[in-house]
Amino acid sequence: MGSQVNYKITVCIKQVPDTENLTSDAMKEDGTVNRSALPAIVNPEDLNALELALSVKDRWGAKVTVMTMGPPSAAEALRQTLFRGADDVVLLTDRKFAASDTLATSYILSSAIKKMQSPDIVMCGRQAIDGDTAQIGPQLADKLDIPQITYTEAILALTPRTIKAQRGFTLGYEIVRCPLPALLTVTESANEPRPPSAKRLLAFRHAQCASEKQKGGIGNKNPDISIPEWTAQDIGCDLERCGGSGSPTKVRKIESVQLVSEDHKEVPPTDEALSDLMLELMNEHTIE
Amino acid sequence: MNQKNKNIWVFAEVEHGKIAEVSLELISKASELAASFNSSRIGACLLGHRVGHLAEELFAYGCDDVYLKDDSELADYRTLPYTEIITKTVDEHRPEIMLFGATPVGRDLAPRVASRLQVGLTADCTDLQIGPHKDNAKDRTYDNILYQIRPAFGGNIIATIVNPETRPQMATVRPGVMHKAEADYTNKGNLHEISSAIPPSALHLEVLEHNTSKAKVDLAGAGVIVAGGAGVGSKENFKLIQELAEVLGAEVGASRAAVDSGLIDKPHQVGQTGTTVRPKLYIACGISGAVQHKVGMQDAGKIVAINTDPEAPIFDVAHYGIVGDVNQVIPKLIDAYKNNTR
Ligand SMILES: Cc1cc2nc3c(=O)[nH]c(=O)nc-3n(C[C@H](O)[C@H](O)[C@H](O)COP(=O)(O)OP(=O)(O)OC[C@H]3O[C@@H](n4cnc5c(N)ncnc54)[C@H](O)[C@@H]3O)c2cc1C
Ligand SMILES: Nc1ncnc2c1ncn2[C@@H]1O[C@H](COP(=O)(O)O)[C@@H](O)[C@H]1O
Repeated sequence: MGSQVNYKITVCIKQVPDTENLTSDAMKEDGTVNRSALPAIVNPEDLNALELALSVKDRWGAKVTVMTMGPPSAAEALRQTLFRGADDVVLLTDRKFAASDTLATSYILSSAIKKMQSPDIVMCGRQAIDGDTAQIGPQLADKLDIPQITYTEAILALTPRTIKAQRGFTLGYEIVRCPLPALLTVTESANEPRPPSAKRLLAFRHAQCASEKQKGGIGNKNPDISIPEWTAQDIGCDLERCGGSGSPTKVRKIESVQLVSEDHKEVPPTDEALSDLMLELMNEHTIE
Repeated sequence: MNQKNKNIWVFAEVEHGKIAEVSLELISKASELAASFNSSRIGACLLGHRVGHLAEELFAYGCDDVYLKDDSELADYRTLPYTEIITKTVDEHRPEIMLFGATPVGRDLAPRVASRLQVGLTADCTDLQIGPHKDNAKDRTYDNILYQIRPAFGGNIIATIVNPETRPQMATVRPGVMHKAEADYTNKGNLHEISSAIPPSALHLEVLEHNTSKAKVDLAGAGVIVAGGAGVGSKENFKLIQELAEVLGAEVGASRAAVDSGLIDKPHQVGQTGTTVRPKLYIACGISGAVQHKVGMQDAGKIVAINTDPEAPIFDVAHYGIVGDVNQVIPKLIDAYKNNTR
C-alpha cells in the first residue's frame, strides 16, 4: 500500500432502545415508552458510520475515535465499538446534559469535538431509530462550521485535503466533493458492519468508565483499560445551552398508537363474497 | 405584536425544474393554519437557477409573497449556499412559522438552518395544528403555538412537540400527508428578489454528478394501491400483485420485508421509512401489519387485507379482512372485477 496518512476520524454514536423488537410490555398504560423494558443497542446506522470509518482506516490509515453523549450506562455502547475496532472512545456524561434536544445535543458534541485534536472527518449515522430526526449531523456540522455530506453511501476518494463521496437516495444518487474537514452522515446501505472480533472482545470487555467503576460494575480485572468520561466542565460547555435550558423544543403530549378501524367486515375467500366486495367498492366509486 | 411576526413560510423545493408536490401541500396547509392567526401572510422561499417563473404556481396555491434568489450557483441544491440565503432572509423578515418538506433536501437543509438561527426544529411531522400551550414550570401560556405532531419510537407513539419561545417555529413535514388545495391562477402575490449575496466560503462543495430519476412510482398521489408483503413469497407470485394493480389502474406498493427480500424495488415501499400514502383504497396482500408499515397507510379511505393468519395485526386496521392465501384470493378478485365491469 502507498503512504499511510492517518486521518483523524470521530464517529458519533447513540445508544437507543431497540424499537425494532418491541414487546408488548414496552409501552406503559399511560402511553409512554417503558425504556427499561427495551434492550439498549448501538443505533444501527451508527454502526454503518463506524464501519465506514474503519474501512478508511483499513484503506488509507486512520485513528478512529468514537464518542457518545449519554448516561453512564451508554459506556456499553462504546464497548461495542471497541470490540469492532474503535481506537479510542469518549463518554460525554453529565446531569446537565439530560433532556437535551437536537440543538443542545449538537452543541454539546461540538464542544467536545473542539476539545479534541481537530478531526479530519466527523461521522454520524443518518438517523437514530428512537426519534428518527436525522438532525444531529447537519446541526453538528453547522456548529463546527464545516461542510456536510448527508446520506453517504461510499467514500470514492480521499486525500488529506478533499473527500469525494456518493450520496444515496431512494430514487438515485449524487457524487460530491468538498474540502476536509467535513461531516458525513452514513446510511444503512453504505456497508455491512463487521461483527465484534473475539480477540478485541477479550481485550476490552473490562473497559469501564469511572461511574461504572464506582458502582462496582462488571468486575475490574484490568484497571488499565478505562473509558474516559467528560463532563460539561471538561468540555467548557455553556450550561445555558445544555439540557432543558438549551432546548427550544418541548414535548407537549405523547400518545400511544392505537390503530384500529371503526368498522371491520370479515370477507370469506369465496368467489361470491369476493365478487360482492368488488361490486361494493365499485358502486361506492372507491374503484372505477 | 405586529403583522410582520405572524407570517407562515414554506421552503419551495424545486425538483426536476418543478415545484415539489410537498411544497404545494405545505402552502395549502399553511393557508389552513393561517386561519388561526388573524392577518397572517403566506410566504415562500424560492431558490435556484432560472426558477422565477415558478412563482406563479406558488401564488396559485395561496402564497402572498415569494422571496426569490435566482443564481447559477443555486442550480444544484447544496446545503451551504441555500442555508446562507434562507437564514439571512428569515432573519430579516422573522416569520412565525417556517415549513420544509421532509425530503432528502428538506432534511439536509432544515436542521442546518435551525442550528444557524438557534431555533427548535421538529422532523418528519405527519400533522400540524395551532393551539395554546401552557408551560407549567414557568406558569406561562403561549397563544397560537404550532403543534408539531409526529410518530416516534418506530411509530409506536405519537408525540406533539412545540417550540414555545424561539421563532420561527420550524418543522419538516412528510410528503403526501397534507392535502393539496386546488390551484387558482387568478391569485397574484408579490415577488421579492433576495439581495443577499452568496459568500464564496459557502461554495466549496461541488456536485460532480446528480442522478435522481423522476419518480416512476407515484405512491403519494395514487388513488388505489395494491401492496404486497413478504407473504407473497416469490417474484413470480408478485406478478399477481402487479396484475391486480394493472386491472384496477392502481400503483404497486410493498412492505419493507418485500423490498428487502428483493420482490420489488425500494421506491415502492410504504411506511415509516418509505412513502406515506393516502389512497381511496389500499389492498394489503401478505403484509403482517407492523406499526412501521401501518403508520404509512392507516389513513387510506378503505383498507382491504388478505392474510393467511387470522391474528395478523393488519386486520386491526382493515375495513375488509380476507383470511386466505394471496395466490388464491387475488385471481378471484381479478375475475370478480372483470366480471363486474363486463
Ligand atoms: C426503523 C424501522 C423502519 C421500518 N420501516 C418500514 C417501512 O417503512 N415499511 C414497512 O413496511 N416496514 C418497515 N419496517 C419493517 C417492519 O417492522 C416489518 O418488518 C415489515 O413491515 C414486515 O413486512 P411484511 O408484513 O411484508 O412481512 P412479515 O412480517 O414477514 O409478514 C408476512 C405476512 O404474510 C402472511 N402470509 C404468508 N404467506 C401468505 C400467503 N400465501 N397469503 C397471504 N398471506 C400470507 C403472514 O401471515 C404474515 O402476516 C421498519 C422497521 C424498522 C425497525
Ligand atoms: N447523544 C448522542 N451522542 C452522540 N451522537 C449522537 C447522539 N445523538 C445522536 N447522535 C448522532 O447523530 C445521528 C443522528 O441522530 P438523530 O438526529 O437523533 O436522528 C446518530 O445516528 C448519531 O450518529
